[in-house]
Amino acid sequence: MKGRIHSFQSLGAVDGPGLRFVVFLQGCPLRCSYCHNPDTWDTAGGTEYSVEEVIEKILRYKPYFAENGGVTVSGGEPLLQWQFVSELFRCLKENGISTSLDTSGIGSKKGASKILRHTDLVICDLKFSNDQEYLRYTKASLSAVIEFLKLTEKLSVPLWIRHVVIPELTAKKEYIMDIAAIASQFSNLRKLELLPFKKLCTLKYQEMGLDFPFKDFDECSDSVIKSMYAHIQTSINQRTSS
Amino acid sequence: MSKSSLEWRGFAGENWQNTIDVRNFIQANYTPYEGNEAFLSGATERTTKLMDKLNKLQQQERASGGVLDIDTHNVSSLTSYAPGYLDKDSEIIVGLQTDGPLKRGVNPFGGLTMTRRACEAYGYKLSEKVENEFRYRTTHNDGVFRAYTDEIKAARRSGIITGLPDAYGRGRIIGDYRRVALYGVDRLIEEKQKDQETIGKEDLNTEQIRLLEELYQQIAFLGYLKEMAAMYGYDISRPAHNAKEAVQWIYFAYLGATKEQNGAAMSLGRVSTFLDIYFERDLKNGVLDEEHAQEIVDDFIIKLRMERHLRTPEYNELFAGDPMWITEAVGGMGEDGRTLVTKNSYRFLQTLYNLGSSPEPNLTILWSEQLPNNFKRFAAKVSCDTDSIQYENDDIMRLEFGDDYAIACCVSAMRVGKDMQFFGARVNLPKLLLMSINGGRDELCGKQIGPSYLPYEGEYLQYDKVLELMEPYRNWLAETYVKAMNIIHYMHDKYAYEKIQMALHDTFVRRFMAFGIAGLSVMTDSLSAIKYAKVRCIRDDSGLITDYEITGDYPAFGNDDDRVDSIAKEQIQLFLEALEKIPTYRNAQHTLSILTITSNVVYGKKTGSTPDGRKAGEPFAPGANPMHNREKHGALASLNSVAKLPYSCCKDGISNTISIVPKALGGNDEEQYRNLVSILDGYFSQKAHHLNVNVLNRETLMDAYQNPEQHPNLTIRVSGYAVNFHKLSKQQQLEVISRTFHEVM
Repeated sequence: MKGRIHSFQSLGAVDGPGLRFVVFLQGCPLRCSYCHNPDTWDTAGGTEYSVEEVIEKILRYKPYFAENGGVTVSGGEPLLQWQFVSELFRCLKENGISTSLDTSGIGSKKGASKILRHTDLVICDLKFSNDQEYLRYTKASLSAVIEFLKLTEKLSVPLWIRHVVIPELTAKKEYIMDIAAIASQFSNLRKLELLPFKKLCTLKYQEMGLDFPFKDFDECSDSVIKSMYAHIQTSINQRTSS
Repeated sequence: MSKSSLEWRGFAGENWQNTIDVRNFIQANYTPYEGNEAFLSGATERTTKLMDKLNKLQQQERASGGVLDIDTHNVSSLTSYAPGYLDKDSEIIVGLQTDGPLKRGVNPFGGLTMTRRACEAYGYKLSEKVENEFRYRTTHNDGVFRAYTDEIKAARRSGIITGLPDAYGRGRIIGDYRRVALYGVDRLIEEKQKDQETIGKEDLNTEQIRLLEELYQQIAFLGYLKEMAAMYGYDISRPAHNAKEAVQWIYFAYLGATKEQNGAAMSLGRVSTFLDIYFERDLKNGVLDEEHAQEIVDDFIIKLRMERHLRTPEYNELFAGDPMWITEAVGGMGEDGRTLVTKNSYRFLQTLYNLGSSPEPNLTILWSEQLPNNFKRFAAKVSCDTDSIQYENDDIMRLEFGDDYAIACCVSAMRVGKDMQFFGARVNLPKLLLMSINGGRDELCGKQIGPSYLPYEGEYLQYDKVLELMEPYRNWLAETYVKAMNIIHYMHDKYAYEKIQMALHDTFVRRFMAFGIAGLSVMTDSLSAIKYAKVRCIRDDSGLITDYEITGDYPAFGNDDDRVDSIAKEQIQLFLEALEKIPTYRNAQHTLSILTITSNVVYGKKTGSTPDGRKAGEPFAPGANPMHNREKHGALASLNSVAKLPYSCCKDGISNTISIVPKALGGNDEEQYRNLVSILDGYFSQKAHHLNVNVLNRETLMDAYQNPEQHPNLTIRVSGYAVNFHKLSKQQQLEVISRTFHEVM
């Protein structure tokens, strides 16, 4: 079994609990206007690795995982290569390594359920609160994401939901409350994380000769993130901390 | 002779009373501490005031170009200055190197020219009095250059061997300063006299004659040490009778050493857990509370932060930032499985909060997987908050050195009071490679430096052929290097012997000869490029290979790739084997370190373009670090590569520095501490040796580069030590900024 891989990051400390070895898969069906990894879109790009090759690499980092660290598979969109990912996760579990799936939630439902059987944590983006914006800014649909989230709930996989706060679009109290409301319907939700929109990727777009749709948008400051958290604190964090 | 002193009341154990055995005393009396930092006290008003005073003096020192004042009239030794104080009325621990705070003494025993030049560099002139005193006297430097061969001089000039301690004190010797506190000076003299009587009973050879004279000097200087303390109103002929005295006695012993010697690295050793025994006794007896215990430690650390030596600008280029390497080893585990962490280990770290972060003393955590979790977390917190501590692997060093070793300089372990070392700077490995393919000629100036063999023929470099050419040059370099070291240490023993520090050692010590290598990652990547990519030689008119054209990719050191990491390992082994073939002065054991201090910049300057794509003059990576921006798989892959370097071949230490932005370590403080602990556990469980940790943003450094006045105390870890960022030269600052910062996207 081979997978197309964009890159490896041996020190991931923000994509799941503890220290994580992050596998960035190549290929994505979405086209998010604020994507910071446009170089992972092309499904024909990247380098092919077998599951065994990747496992061999990962085992070198086992000494760093301690109690809560492990492997996070991100992308691109990992659901696109669900056969590879489910096999990889199965082998990781066999080796006693914890697995996190960092996904947009868009992809084959059958594939997703195969992966989720070997998944310790799902980290799913909730990019917008309605279908129109989803379609406009990501070329995907909210309802598909909801379907995926329901599946994680049904299979009782712990869930983190992440939302990138974009000052021009989503940094409003009502908007964030909507996001929180959607997230909190899932009983397996453990954390709702707000991430600031950044434009560190501008250079990548230039190098690739692509237009960065949100290039004129403002970056999101830490203080905005703080105030957004304040809005949702009461509704979410009380529930998830229990 | 009465063995049991009044000062020892309440102490358990007997062996240490009968012979000099500090370890035995510690084991019989110390109290391991597994709790957290909640018990610690902040700075008292007195401490804060005193520290403010020192901060102001340090500002003045900076404003006067790095040196506040020099006493050019008296040669530094134990009793050559009147007592000096920072603030006589409020100081708890007393004693200064000269008669005024931050005033530097002159110490011409290492070399008169260096002393003269150092004075001149800061606008002073060495006095006629000192000049006269040394007119008919041989210094260490004189001795060495009388014996150096032309070959050694040429190698030294070309920079293939650099930083040799041939014009300044060799340092790296750690006196067991604790002995003065535990036994008092009189008992130490008595024991030395007993040793004296045993020597020469049967036959009397050169080594024994030398030792007899050394013992005479040791005993004489123990006498001066008592005189020095008496000038401050203390009688250290007897043991210390409480914690404050124990600290004061240790400090006097250390101070005596730094008055007598201006060695490059003057470690303190491993005193904090020893001292804890005294603090515990006083706390238990109700004569001391936590606030005042901390106050004593704070005052001691203030004193250590005032230690200075006078250096030339050339010296600073190699060892930037005015370092003293007052290295104190904190923590670790005992051979019986109990942790050596005590409350006093915490107090030493707490000084970084009470007094502000600082490069000195060089606090070094002896890390073990078995360390109490509370202590691991606290150390990680201190790292994140101050960038002022470094970590070394107790689990591998304990196997070699037992559980009472300390660290000389940055990474060199030695049993306290039982081992000493002959420090030997380092050779430039990339230059060895370049010289080998150029038939012994220097790649920059074209001069013949090594023996003249046939240079590399052909346009493209072939791995096997290059390795073959390197062998005779490696042997030549090793031989030249050992010869130079033998001369240096013969002369240092003869003309600048460390009388106080060696008096605080066993008479019969184990000796190491500490060799070193620089540019490991450049050499490794160069060989990898030759092996896995295509490297074309570019020659100048004289046929000298001066540049390279590289086509294709090659695996670079720092990506956890065995294809290249194994090259590094092999080259280290080969060099150590070459060294071991050449006998050493006083039968010292050959050891090797991979450490550059900040000299990676100077080494780079003196080295032509290399086959890895590095251009002539560009800096090397420091220590055993992979080259900047060649790490493609993040920080842990880089650590894994370095962890593969065999400590068994590098018992003098393998230095590695990691710089990471806080956010890449975790979303909040606690996560950052926990993840840093996991990094250290993971790295050291693979038998890695040393790690410097910087948790800071590149922007902070950029700002400090542009606006130094805004960041007077910014401390960062560089190869093996911490340094005030503003004390680095602009070029060294840029080099630090250009290094890989592990970030997240």
